[in-house]
Formats: sequence, structure tokens, C-alpha cells
Amino acid sequence: MIVDILISACLVISGIFGLVGSIGLIKLPDPMMRLHAPTKATTLGVGGALVASMLYFEFVLGRFSFHELMITLFLFLTAPITGHFIAKTHLHLLHRPEDLPPTGSERPWASYESDEARAAIETPETAASEAAGKGE
Amino acid sequence: MIGVALTFAFACFGLGLLLNIYRIVNAPTVGDRILALDTMVINAIALLALFGILEGTAVYFEASMIIAMTGFISTVSYTRYLLRGDIIE
Repeated sequence: MIVDILISACLVISGIFGLVGSIGLIKLPDPMMRLHAPTKATTLGVGGALVASMLYFEFVLGRFSFHELMITLFLFLTAPITGHFIAKTHLHLLHRPEDLPPTGSERPWASYESDEARAAIETPETAASEAAGKGE
Repeated sequence: MIGVALTFAFACFGLGLLLNIYRIVNAPTVGDRILALDTMVINAIALLALFGILEGTAVYFEASMIIAMTGFISTVSYTRYLLRGDIIE
């Protein structure tokens, strides 16, 4: 009985979170805001559905399965990466570097910094030797 | 009770899938279209997990694992292509 309530609660909560994520994708006004809804709410929703499935297989059908845990782990690892990449795409397609807020340091936003400038700051010796090598 | 909750979750994720299709058809920017495709993959995985509960079989988890992997790779390659004009440099 308690397990039934737990599984049902997981299913209902996951359904609500999944729906909220998809509605947020439609309704929110700005591209960066729209990025929030699917990467957070929908990932939590699918996690809830997979947890419900795991509980169901363990306690109702009486056989434990690892697959759900693997899928949940994979989704929770990959969701931030895809979110980061899509945010970078938004930055590069919709904004000019001078429109962005200041970073508070000498260096520009990391996404706009050229490879040579970054190498010169982070590893000065190798950058200098490379420059010398190019000069010869 | 599980049956009612399962139906509710099916309805929620199915409605979410329809909203994603609407977003893909008229997206304001390219990034939104990629985001909608990524969300669609996640919703499809959730629907497959729910279908596994309904049928009481573990066959569908292999399918959802493969869908998760192809979804991740396709999103990353799409954004890489838009960012650099090249997927594997």
C-alpha cells in the first residue's frame, strides 16, 4: 500500500514536471529563459518516471533492474552539457560581444577569447616559446 | 491507484511532446529548435519508461538507453556545427 502511494506520487510529480518543462519552452519570453525549462524541469520529470519504474519492478514485480539507474545517470550527466552547448549557440548567434555585461576583469567572456590570448595568459612560457618558434 | 497515476503521467508527457512539435514547427531561433528536439528526446525516453511499467517488461529500457545516447550525440553535433562550422575538428 505504501509502495503503491510512493510509486503513484513519483509518477504524478514526474508528469507535472515534464509538462511544466514543455510549457515553459513555449511560454517564456527570452531564449536564455527558455533554456531553463527543459534542461531542469524535464530532466527532473524523466528522473521521477525512471525512479517510479525502478520501484515498481523491485516491489511489485519482485525483480530488480539496473537499467533505469543507468539511464537516469546518463541523462543527469548529459543534460548540463547539452544546456551549456545550446547556451553557447544562443550567445554566438544572437548577441554581439560588446552587448554582453562586463566580466569585471581584463579578459573577455571565455567563449569569445581567442586561443592565442588564452594560451598567453594561462601558460606564458610555452606561448612565448611558440611565438619565438614562429619567428625563426 | 498506480493505473490512474500512470494514465496521468502518460497524458502529461504526451501533451509535452505535442507542445514540443509545435515549438519545432514555429521556432523563433535555431537554438530554440535544437532545444525543442532535445526536450522531445527526453520526453520520448519518459514515455518509453512509462510504457515499460504498463507492460511490466524490461525490453524497452535498452531502446530508451539507445535513444538517450543518439539524442545526446545529435544535440552536441548540431550545436558544434552551428558554433564552429565543423563537428570533428
